[in-house]
Amino acid sequence: MDITIPALILCLPLFMFLLLGIAGCKMSHKLAGWLGCLGMGTCLVLSYFTAFTYYFDPQFVAENGERIQHTVFNLTWLQFTDNLTINLGFLLDPISALMLVVITTISFMVHLYSLGYMEGEKGFQRYYAFLSLFSFSMLGLVVATNIFQMYIFWELVGASSYLLIGFYYTKHSAVSASKKAFIVTRFADLGFLIGILVLSYYTKTFDFIKMTSDPSWVLASTEGATFMGASVLTWALVLIFTGGMGKSAMMPLHIWLPDAMEGPTPVSALIHAATMVVAGVYLVARMFPVYMMEGAATMFIVVVGAATAFYAAMVACTQVDIKRVLAFSTISQIAFMMVSLGVASLGNGEVSHHGLGYMASMFHMFTHAMFKALLFLGAGALIHAVHSNDYTAMGGLRKYMPITHWTFLIGCLAIAGIPPFSGFFSKDEILSACYAWSPYIGMWMSMVAALTAFYMFRLYFLIFWWNNPDYGHHKPHEAPLPMAIPLVVLAAVSCVAGFIPFGHFVTWDRMPYDIHLDWTIAGTSIVVAVCAIALAWKMYCKENGLPAKFKNALPALWDWCYHRFYWDELYMFITHKIIFNGICRPIAWFDRHIIDGTMDAFATVTNKASYAIRGLQSGQVQMYVWVYLIGALLLAGFGVLCLIM
Amino acid sequence: MFSNPLIYFVVIPLLMLGALALCANIKQIRAVAVAGSVALMALSTYVLLEYLDMRAAGDNAPMLFVDSWQWFTPLNIHLAVGVDGISIAMLVLSSVIIFAGSFASWQIPQPKAFFLWLILLSTGVFGFFISIDLFTMFMFYEVALIPMYLLIGVWGSGNKNYSAMKLTLMLMGGSAFLMLGLIGIYYHSSADGHLTWNILEIARNGAISSGWQYFLFPMTFVGFGVLGAMFPFHTWSPDGHASAPTAVSMLHAGVLMKLGGYGCFRVAIYLMPQAANELAWIFLILTGVSVVYGAFSACVQTDLKYINAYSSVSHCGLVLFAILMLNTTAMTGAIMQMLSHGLMTALFFALIGMIYGRTHTRDIRLMGGLMKIMPYLAVCYVIAGMASLGLPGLSGFVAEMTIFVGSFQNADMFHRVFTIVACCSIVITAVYILRVVGKLLFGPVQDKHHEELTDATWWERLSTVTLIVSVAAIGCFPNFFANLIKTTFSPEIFTVLGLN
Amino acid sequence: MNITLIYWLIPSLIMFCCGVYGFITRKNMIAMLISLELMLNAVDINFVLFNRYLFPGQMEGMFFTLFAIAIAAAETALAIAIIINIFRSIKTVDVQGIDKMKF
Repeated sequence: MDITIPALILCLPLFMFLLLGIAGCKMSHKLAGWLGCLGMGTCLVLSYFTAFTYYFDPQFVAENGERIQHTVFNLTWLQFTDNLTINLGFLLDPISALMLVVITTISFMVHLYSLGYMEGEKGFQRYYAFLSLFSFSMLGLVVATNIFQMYIFWELVGASSYLLIGFYYTKHSAVSASKKAFIVTRFADLGFLIGILVLSYYTKTFDFIKMTSDPSWVLASTEGATFMGASVLTWALVLIFTGGMGKSAMMPLHIWLPDAMEGPTPVSALIHAATMVVAGVYLVARMFPVYMMEGAATMFIVVVGAATAFYAAMVACTQVDIKRVLAFSTISQIAFMMVSLGVASLGNGEVSHHGLGYMASMFHMFTHAMFKALLFLGAGALIHAVHSNDYTAMGGLRKYMPITHWTFLIGCLAIAGIPPFSGFFSKDEILSACYAWSPYIGMWMSMVAALTAFYMFRLYFLIFWWNNPDYGHHKPHEAPLPMAIPLVVLAAVSCVAGFIPFGHFVTWDRMPYDIHLDWTIAGTSIVVAVCAIALAWKMYCKENGLPAKFKNALPALWDWCYHRFYWDELYMFITHKIIFNGICRPIAWFDRHIIDGTMDAFATVTNKASYAIRGLQSGQVQMYVWVYLIGALLLAGFGVLCLIM
Repeated sequence: MFSNPLIYFVVIPLLMLGALALCANIKQIRAVAVAGSVALMALSTYVLLEYLDMRAAGDNAPMLFVDSWQWFTPLNIHLAVGVDGISIAMLVLSSVIIFAGSFASWQIPQPKAFFLWLILLSTGVFGFFISIDLFTMFMFYEVALIPMYLLIGVWGSGNKNYSAMKLTLMLMGGSAFLMLGLIGIYYHSSADGHLTWNILEIARNGAISSGWQYFLFPMTFVGFGVLGAMFPFHTWSPDGHASAPTAVSMLHAGVLMKLGGYGCFRVAIYLMPQAANELAWIFLILTGVSVVYGAFSACVQTDLKYINAYSSVSHCGLVLFAILMLNTTAMTGAIMQMLSHGLMTALFFALIGMIYGRTHTRDIRLMGGLMKIMPYLAVCYVIAGMASLGLPGLSGFVAEMTIFVGSFQNADMFHRVFTIVACCSIVITAVYILRVVGKLLFGPVQDKHHEELTDATWWERLSTVTLIVSVAAIGCFPNFFANLIKTTFSPEIFTVLGLN
Repeated sequence: MNITLIYWLIPSLIMFCCGVYGFITRKNMIAMLISLELMLNAVDINFVLFNRYLFPGQMEGMFFTLFAIAIAAAETALAIAIIINIFRSIKTVDVQGIDKMKF
């Protein structure tokens, strides 16, 4: 493929960032906004073109039907040793092409949506500059040809996420949320970095294609090396996955994501729902063949994913802030993808299901990006209308905001897994993969799916039905056109995306694969979802006492869920009490008083010693003469003695 | 003598000194400072390009532009000059920082005396980097250190007498070790009695017996290490930086601390590779500790300059740490870290000086929301912070990554485990940088009086832009710098070092 | 009676010891100066004596004495000047009171 278009896809957002970042303050809001949209729109067209060329041009399909991995360009950026080199390149393969489509679509929708949502905000140009920076970094991440390029852009998305969460920088909560997000993900990135170091030490390469095309070679290169009882490859893969856990908000590194909702809502839709948070999934998918070699690491992924999925779903049932409900739902859904990848690589020997989970995970990543972005943008429209994040300030909104209502409903149906909406198909594949591996994990995930349907419809009913509060003079208004268009577009995508024959495009071995709906599993999950929705309808459709009753029946459980199982408090304790007061302060004290004290003590001792002996220099001339005289006499006496002896 | 371009690195500052002595008013002083620093920048760029040309033409000598002039015959002292990739990188760094520093001290009181001392200091710095004669090197080293006492003592702030005295005494203490080490090297420089101070000749002779190496290596390493803020000899740094005026902090953290790392490489390791190889573990522990320790200490400081001084301890610890890893990649990383840390810390200190000049406090608890009041300075501060915590695209990232990857290539477990310990600093760095950024720049405005403050003036903008552009240049095109530095590690050096 | 060297040396020694004693015990700086002069003159006498008795053909001792006298005169003038100045500033010439520049 020609180098121009892929290069433009990367350079255009970067250029927009520099342009809007440096010259933005001289521009009017309107110009900056439209420039941003124009840049992203061009990028969207180019990405679609690239992706479609890749998927449909026969030159990218090998003779045996396998889609080839195509490196468009790969420039040396920094050479460490003869083997280890950071290249900046553009790798075109099924998943990167998929992500190009997802990122540019959502990003463009968000650019457009923000024209309405952010209208009149101070720092509008800055906002668009950051959005461009984020798009650039995310695109760079997905097309990475080597793991270090991914790490570079991984850090960059982290930084742009930091800047965007802290967009309202005069608000304390936003500042601390952005700080938290950055530090938690940084901590995870430390694991990622160490993982890269360990892996590259043994394999002597960063290159993805080299590692994944023949993973048994990776296994062979680390053969025999162990560290603290586990093989080095397990360590490396678990550490790399730690990086993914941070970005994808897996337990116990999930705590930053709910707080990240302090950022503007379109940002939450783009970064914290659709694109950046799936980077962890993408990372595991990218390294999938290597993970397949290592059972212990994949087991770890499954356990973490399954625990997180359930935990986040439980918490989502009790939250008041609608964005936080969506945030926990995102955590839960990403955990679905992780579990799916995990069970896929464990495989269980059945050829038909081996790799099903991989495909399902990518499929869910795609559909989830669309409907979750839709839900977030819908939430943004609601917040824009009632100026509050809490559902307690909403209710009965279906009458005031019909477009938002219908699109939000489609989003909810999609995530709940009701056919024919997109979420049904992808989630069904995930559940099939889980059941194929182990019925226990399958049932566990079905339960989480039921919870998902419940909390989403709880949210839906509480917002659009429930009671009808008095909105006073400020009647909620329907979203303006720039905000409504993305909602409609995304809703439309969510309706039809499930029918894409996804297995023909993205599979782990890049060979086409036919999806078969397993109607026993699909049927059960539909029934379960409908039951959950019915329960939600019973509890929340009209204002009644049932929710309060449930709450009072299980006060401890409700309390733990409401407080997110006290993870934040635990972290607060560890960071403030242990690290800050227990390590940093003593070290600072040690430095000032012991180390510096020792240095000062040298000076003080010298000083004291000189004060002690300075009395000898009394300034009394006659004293000196006495001393001199006696000394001279003694010397003379000594001399005389010597002469005599 | 004057046909060698290197000599102008000393001649230009000396001419500036002469010109400054004749200056009658502030305008002339500024003109001299700017003209001189531009000339130095041009000169270092010229030497850089010429050097790359010569290397490209296949000149594989360990150093280029080598020249030597007899100075004091009885002791065989020469004024010997010569540069390799590392020295050129340092020369470029110094000239950029001196340029930015002259703009940062645009409105200093008693400008004439200030610039006289500052230029004298830079004479020492440039002389040090071009010298390959141990004696003249040491002489320039002292010339660079002593003006610091007056610069801090006279133009400083806060507890300046104490700080100036502490800084000077501790560095002089280091010099005492160093002097002893250098004289020891001189007397063992040759097996056949032709004693020499010349680094290249000493390295070629390789006559220092291993017994003496064991004694002289720690002497020189600690001697230079004191200036490189090696734990536990770093405590001059927080107090010294806190009291120093802006340009002096910039020059000190940006360039002078690099003299330490440079000296450790050029003298301690280059001349005594055997002892370096065997004693490295002791210093690896010390420097590894300083990396993490400095970062932890920075987390609880409340004075902006203290935070940066401790951050410098952490970052400079990484420089020495990487040098001790004794492999090409890590050493390349060390030099890149020197460049990166020099520019980024200079930027930090420049910004702190500018903020302090407006708010008259450096206590982060008393400030807040500066982003709203002085957006330009605040944005620059964020960029500096991002460079410090290793954001890709800025210099800190490439330097740190080169160090970590290089260090991790060592075959034995001890080195790799310590590399991981050092890696942990990237998280702690993020903690203290974001803490400062969050408290200082974001949030509501803390002090109502700050609301009337103004944003940066043109000279402040020029100073910061120079540094930011340099930081970004290293961050975006690291391979250029890495290759420049790697030219130093020519095959000949490896036979000297006996390493690979 | 043959007057030998020793007859001259004994008064000179007594003079010198007086000078030392005076220099140590007197508190008044003028008196100390006088004592100092006594010591100097005792030494001068010795120079002349040794020249006269031990090296009668040469003149070095005589010349040296003349130089010493000249320099002592200058030195006394200087010392007196210092003492006067000290007296002007602190109103005393007591040597024990003058310790302002001690530390």
